[in-house]
This record gives sequence, C-alpha cells and structure tokens, in this order.
Amino acid sequence: MSQFAINIIFVGGSFLLYIAIAIWAKAGSTKDFYVAGGGVHPVMNGMAIGADWMSAASFISMAGIIAAGGYSASTYLMGWTGGYVLLAMLLAPYLRKFGKFTVPQFIGDRFYSKSARLVAVLCLLVASLTYVIGQMAGAGVAFSRFLEVDATTGLIIAAVVVFIYAVLGGMKGITYTQVAQYCVLIIAYTIPAVFISLQLTGNPIPALGMFSTHLDSGLPLLTKLNQVITDVGFTSFTADVDNHLNMVLFTLTLMIGTAGLPHVIIRFFTVPKVADARWSAGWALVFIALLYLTAPAVASMARLNLMSTIYPDGVAEAPIDYEHRPEWVKNWEVTGLIQFTDKNEDGLIQVYNDKNAAFTPEAEKRGWKGNELVVNQDILVLANPEIANLPGWVIGLIAAGGLAAALSTAAGLLLAISSAVSHDLIKSSINPNISEKGELKAARISMAVAIIVATWLGANPPGFAAQVVALAFGIAAASLFPTLMMGIFSKRINNVGAIAGMLSGLAFTLTYIFIYKGWFFIAGTNNLPDTADNWVLGISPLSVGCIGALVNFAVAFVVARATKEPPVEIQNLVESVRYPRGAGEAHGH
Amino acid sequence: MSGTSYDAKEYWKANLRLILGSLIIWALVSFGFGILLRPALAGFAVGGADLGFWFAQQGCALTFIALIFHYAWRMNKLDKKFGVDEE
Repeated sequence: MSQFAINIIFVGGSFLLYIAIAIWAKAGSTKDFYVAGGGVHPVMNGMAIGADWMSAASFISMAGIIAAGGYSASTYLMGWTGGYVLLAMLLAPYLRKFGKFTVPQFIGDRFYSKSARLVAVLCLLVASLTYVIGQMAGAGVAFSRFLEVDATTGLIIAAVVVFIYAVLGGMKGITYTQVAQYCVLIIAYTIPAVFISLQLTGNPIPALGMFSTHLDSGLPLLTKLNQVITDVGFTSFTADVDNHLNMVLFTLTLMIGTAGLPHVIIRFFTVPKVADARWSAGWALVFIALLYLTAPAVASMARLNLMSTIYPDGVAEAPIDYEHRPEWVKNWEVTGLIQFTDKNEDGLIQVYNDKNAAFTPEAEKRGWKGNELVVNQDILVLANPEIANLPGWVIGLIAAGGLAAALSTAAGLLLAISSAVSHDLIKSSINPNISEKGELKAARISMAVAIIVATWLGANPPGFAAQVVALAFGIAAASLFPTLMMGIFSKRINNVGAIAGMLSGLAFTLTYIFIYKGWFFIAGTNNLPDTADNWVLGISPLSVGCIGALVNFAVAFVVARATKEPPVEIQNLVESVRYPRGAGEAHGH
Repeated sequence: MSGTSYDAKEYWKANLRLILGSLIIWALVSFGFGILLRPALAGFAVGGADLGFWFAQQGCALTFIALIFHYAWRMNKLDKKFGVDEE
C-alpha cells in the first residue's frame, strides 16, 4: 500500500471517530453547549485540557525550537507547564465555585460593571483569534504535506470537520473529541521518540535516554551532541544564556499568560465539583508533561541524528555527497522545507555555523563557502519516523497526530470565542430576554461565524500571525490573569480599579510590543529596531507581559484605594467563591 | 454551613499559607534552579549536563505536577476539617 493511502486511512479514520463522537454528544441545552453539562470526570477533563492546550505549535514546532535553541528554549518548557500551578491554586477552583459559563461573566459580575465585562470580551477575542489563526494554518500545512492537497483545500477540510463537531456538540462534543484527540496525538508523538531513543541510547524512555549514554560513542548523549555541534561552530546545546533577567521575565510571562488564557480556564467549568477542578489541573499537567518531557529528548536526538547523517565519519571528516543523500532528505526537499545549495561546488553537503566569526578560519581552511543545508525547524517531528526508518503506518500516525493537535486547540479557542459572543455580548448586552433555545441557536451561529473568520484568516494570515506568542500571552498575562486573581483574592478592588488596571496593563504591554514589532504589527512602523541592544534593560517584547501584569496590579490597587469600596453583596460574592461548599453545577444566570 | 465564620477565616488563612509555600517551591525550581542559580549548581552533573539544565528541561515540570497534586490533596483535607467541603 502506498504511503498516501496509509495517511488517508489514519487521518480519515481519526476524522470519522471525531464525527461519530460529535453525533453521540450532541448538545441539547446552553449548559451542554457552554460547559458540557458540567459532569466531566476530572481525569477526562485533564486529557481534554491537554489536547486543548497542546497546539500545532507544541506538537510540530516545539521540538524544533528546542533543537535549535537548546537550553535557552527551556523557557517554553518551564513557562507552559508552570502556568498550571497558578491555575490550580489561584484561579480554577474559585472560578469553578462561581459556577458561570464564561470568563468575562465572572469579571462583569465581580466588578459589577458591564464595561469591565466588555473589556474582558475584547481581550478574550484578540488573544483567542490570534491564536486560532496559527492552528488553522498549521492544520493546512499538515494536510498539504501528508494528503497532497494544497494548503487552502486542507484548511477547508479541517474547517468542515471542526464545524461538524463544534457547532453540533458545543463544549460537550469538543470535550469528548479532545479526549480522543489527546490519545491520538500522544501516541503519535511518543512512538517515533521511543524508537529513536532505543536506537541511540538503548533506553526505551526518551526523557531518560536524553540523559544516558550514547551507544555509538560511549559518551553521555548530551556531551556527544555538544562536541559534534561546537566542532562546526554552533553554540553548545547546554550553553547558558547571556541575559538571565530576560529569561526569567519571559518564563514568568508565559506562566501567567497560560493561566490567563480563557480557552483553558473555561475547561475547568465542566467538572462537577470544586475539588475536581483542582484534580483536573494536576491531571492536565501529567498529560501535558508526557509530551513536554519527550520534546527535549526528540530535539537533542534528532539534532544528533541529523549531524551523524551529514557527517557519517565524524565532523572532522568530509560530509556526505549530495548524490548519496538519504531518502528522507529527498522526500522533504520536494516540500521546500529542506534546501541544499552547493556553494563551493564540491558536491558535498557542508553543514556548519557560517555566522560564527570564530569558526570562519577553520571553514576557509576546509574550503567551505557557507552553510549549504537549510532545514526548517518544523520538520523535526514530522520527519522523525523517516529519519529513524520506521514503518509507513507511523508516518500516517504522525499525520493524524499533528492534525489532532491543531484541531483540538482550534475547537477550544472557537468555543471560547463563540461563548463570549453569544453569552457575554448577545445575552448580556444586546438581547437580555433571549430564550434558552434562542441563545443556543445564537451560540451555534457565532461558532459558525467564528470558524469562517478563522478559516479566512488562516488562508490569508495577517502579518501578526507569527507574533502569537507576544500578543496572546502578553494580553492574557497583562489583562485577564491579574484581574481574575484580584477578583478572588481581594475584596477591596472595585469596578473602577479593575477597569483602570486592565486598561493600563494592556496599554503598557501593547505599547512596548508595538514599539519594537511595529504599530498593530504593520511592518516598518516600529520606533526602534527589535534587537537586544535596543530593549529596555534587555527585556524583549515577548517578556514584557509580566511587567504589564505588575502595572495592572499596581494601578488597580491605587485606584481602588482612592475610590469607594465594593458594595456588601460583592464582598459576599468574593467570600462565597473562596469556600467550596454549595457549589452547584455551572449555570448561566 | 456547619463551620462558623471563624472557621471560614481560618480555612482561608490555611489555604493562603499552602499557596504561599507551594509558590515558593514553584519559583525556586524554575527561576532559581532552572535559571538564576544554574551556575551555582554547575558542580552537580546529570548525564552529560548539569542539574540546572535538568531542572529547566524536565525537573520543573515534574515538580509542578507534585505541587498541584499535593495542593489538591491537602485542600480536600482542609475542606473537610473546616466543614466547607461539597456534600
């Protein structure tokens, strides 16, 4: 059977499964649609959060980022897991006890202000829309590589599948498909990693293999990797970073940004009890860590594998010649994700760091005229099975896994967007008398519109799509997280304080990002070049969200002190979210 | 509610203490061991790298899991002790 047929079977089979689940889990009420009926088991919810959280970026790109960045990319590993500690202790149980459907609804009720709710809706929409564009684009790429259709067609197929199960099933359909998608994506990620770890170290657990002995050389795997790459001028994999402050702030921004992302928070509204919200945060991190502990292993091993393929006799000897390149290099050259240019016309493939001035004399001595192989970071995971000579069905599995990661995150984001529109805008502001049936219909229509908008943006990505990390995490960190936290941990923060805090945190963060990345990400409108020399105290625009959060806290505190304290019933509300007793299932009014 | 409001206050204080303790460990393993204290831990070798590197790439995630489960377990006990648990 051809590889194409195998891919079709795996991807088609997984899609049929998702659609079958959607028909089984059809939403009958707004409660089903927004919070899956409120009866999801904490372990199931943990799995669903895992799939919701792990996007195309986690599945496809993260290992590539770590392979290139080594230690410096640990920021993502620490930041994207550390946020769950904050969620479990500072937000999830209390928001679950509050027991409503959306994040802006808590902000509106707690700060007794429709304006606060609208500001929260705006933050939610910007953060989630930016994020969803990347998912749709990622699904399109996976389709075009594995199913040999062009990216736009792939995108439309993906959108139709999401449409079926998200519009029909709402949160209920999304929850159970996310559980299935988690299983698909984790199996797809782990199997090739296990085989590669066995080949290189004899250890079947990749996370342990990474820190054990490399069989061929008898050296620890990381020592061997460092040797090989530094010998051709690259920075060592384990090298420390120059700017510790920036690394701390970037990690912290990712942590509080993770905790403030609405599509993750609403998943905690689906469990029956406050205690379950705490447990499901733990389970979520277990399921996420299964992939995140494997990612650095995949990264280091794939990088070593790549170098040994290019330099079969060691980096001191000549690299392989282009005529005898392995099959997987040929396969990926077709997609343009691997590119070879024979700069010194000797027919051999030289890979080295041509930007390292200290290595230039050595390169000249060897007659090298520049790095000749450009490998796109994203192919590391996708090409892994081919690099390790694994059978065709593993490649089919990877295709299904990449799509599962993209679709599950897209669905979660689309739900957060549509519930904000139907519940926080339509039901709360535009037409408060809308019937239960009418709201369910409105929720389905907003979901459909959100999918169309996301698909269009995925096919025509605006310039800022690549800035997802800066924008989504910056906004969540600077506006939503601090406001939610103050709403629970302080009785004194009032409506004006919260709004002033949110707006100033947001304004501060966006201004700092725009100064370096261009105003509204329009190229050429940046006031300063986006390089480390120009950043204030070396703080990159990616890292600034946590400082925006501090601004938010400080402004809210000062403004609230200077104005009237919240009414007694609001103080009682704060009191009530702190104690689990009396938590009914989530409801909308 | 079986607990008095005095109980409720004590419950909230106990929760805040638990959160504070957990967040100190949270910050210590990530910003501490993983980043700022990494040079100081360079002497501890872990399979071809150093302890700080291991914390940054794997140790933090494992510690975070332990912290959340510990917190959930302790809070469930506190919920019962102070009579604020869900029936």
